Amino acid sequence: MHEMAVAEGILDIALDYAAKNQAEKIGKIGLRLGEMAGVETESLEFCFESLVKGTIAEGAELALHRMPLVGRCRKCGHETHIEHYNFICPACGKGALDIISGRELQVEYLEVD
Amino acid sequence: MEVQVMQDILGKNDRIAAENQALFADKKIFVLNLMGSPGSGKTTLLERTMAALKDELHMAVIEGDLFTTKDADRIAKYAVPVMQINTSGGCHLDAPMVQEVLSQLVLDRLDLLIVENVGNLVCPAEFNIGEDAKGVVLSITEGDDKPMKYPLVFKESSIVLLNKVDILPYTNFDMAAAREDIHTLHPDVKLVEVSCVQDTGLKDWYDWLRAKVRAKKG
Repeated sequence: MHEMAVAEGILDIALDYAAKNQAEKIGKIGLRLGEMAGVETESLEFCFESLVKGTIAEGAELALHRMPLVGRCRKCGHETHIEHYNFICPACGKGALDIISGRELQVEYLEVD
Repeated sequence: MEVQVMQDILGKNDRIAAENQALFADKKIFVLNLMGSPGSGKTTLLERTMAALKDELHMAVIEGDLFTTKDADRIAKYAVPVMQINTSGGCHLDAPMVQEVLSQLVLDRLDLLIVENVGNLVCPAEFNIGEDAKGVVLSITEGDDKPMKYPLVFKESSIVLLNKVDILPYTNFDMAAAREDIHTLHPDVKLVEVSCVQDTGLKDWYDWLRAKVRAKKG
C-alpha cells in the first residue's frame, strides 16, 4: 500500500505548481505511469480522493498516460516491448534487456483555473 | 490553463536517497537494502552473517519494522550496532527514515551496513534509500510462482537468496522453474540457494558481501 505515499507525492507537486501559477482550482492532473511502475491505479485513485479533501485539488481527475515497458539489448542493441517480464533479448537470445521505458512515475501536467 | 510539470512523483525521496548515497560513498560503506516477505528468514540470515563476519568486517544493521523491536533485539545479541526504525504501520522504509537514524550511527569505521526492510515483496522495491545494492530473500514455503507475481523486487535486486532449501523435499516447490523465472526476469542476477540450519550456500553469500565491500573500499 505505498499508493498513499505516491498520492502524497502527486498532491505535493500539484499544489506547488498550482501555487506558482496562482491557480485557485486544480481540475486535472496528468500522470505518466510506466507499465512496470508498480502502482495499483484503483488503490492510487482511492488514496488520492481521500487525500485531496479540503484542498484546491478536491475533485481533480487523474489522467493516466501509460508508458509501455521497452528494453534495449546490452549485446545486440535490439529494442523491443518486454512481454511477460522476459528480459532476455528475443532477437539474439543472449543479451539482457535494459529498461529504457516503463518505470515512469511522473506528474506530466496540470489543468488549473 | 494547462501547466507543464514533468516531475518525478517520488523525487523528494530520490533527492534524500542521493544525499544518503553521497554519505556512504564518502565513508566507503557498502550498503545493502535487504527485502523479502514476512517470515522469509531475513533476520535469521542476518544473525548468521553477523556471527560469521563480525570479527572480519565492521558492520551495522538498520532494522525496519512496523511496530516492534523484536528483530533489532535479535541482532543486538551479536554486539553489532543496530538501529531500529518503526514505520508505525508503513509498508516500506524510505530515504528520509534512513537518513534520520544515520546520525546516530558511527559511520567512520563501518565497512558494511545492511538495512533490513519491512517484510513485504511489493512496496520496498519502489523506494530507494541510497543503497549500493538491493537483495531479496525468498523462502521455499512461499512458492515458486512468486518471482513472476512480484517481478519488480526481483528485477531491482542484485542478489536473490532462495532460503530454507533444507525443506525442499517436503514441498512441491519447483526449483528449476523458480530459477528459470528469476533468470528470465533478471538475466545477470546472483542467485544463491541457502539454508541457515544446514549451512548451505552461506559461504557463497559471505563471499558476495566480502567482494562488494572490497570493491567499495577501492
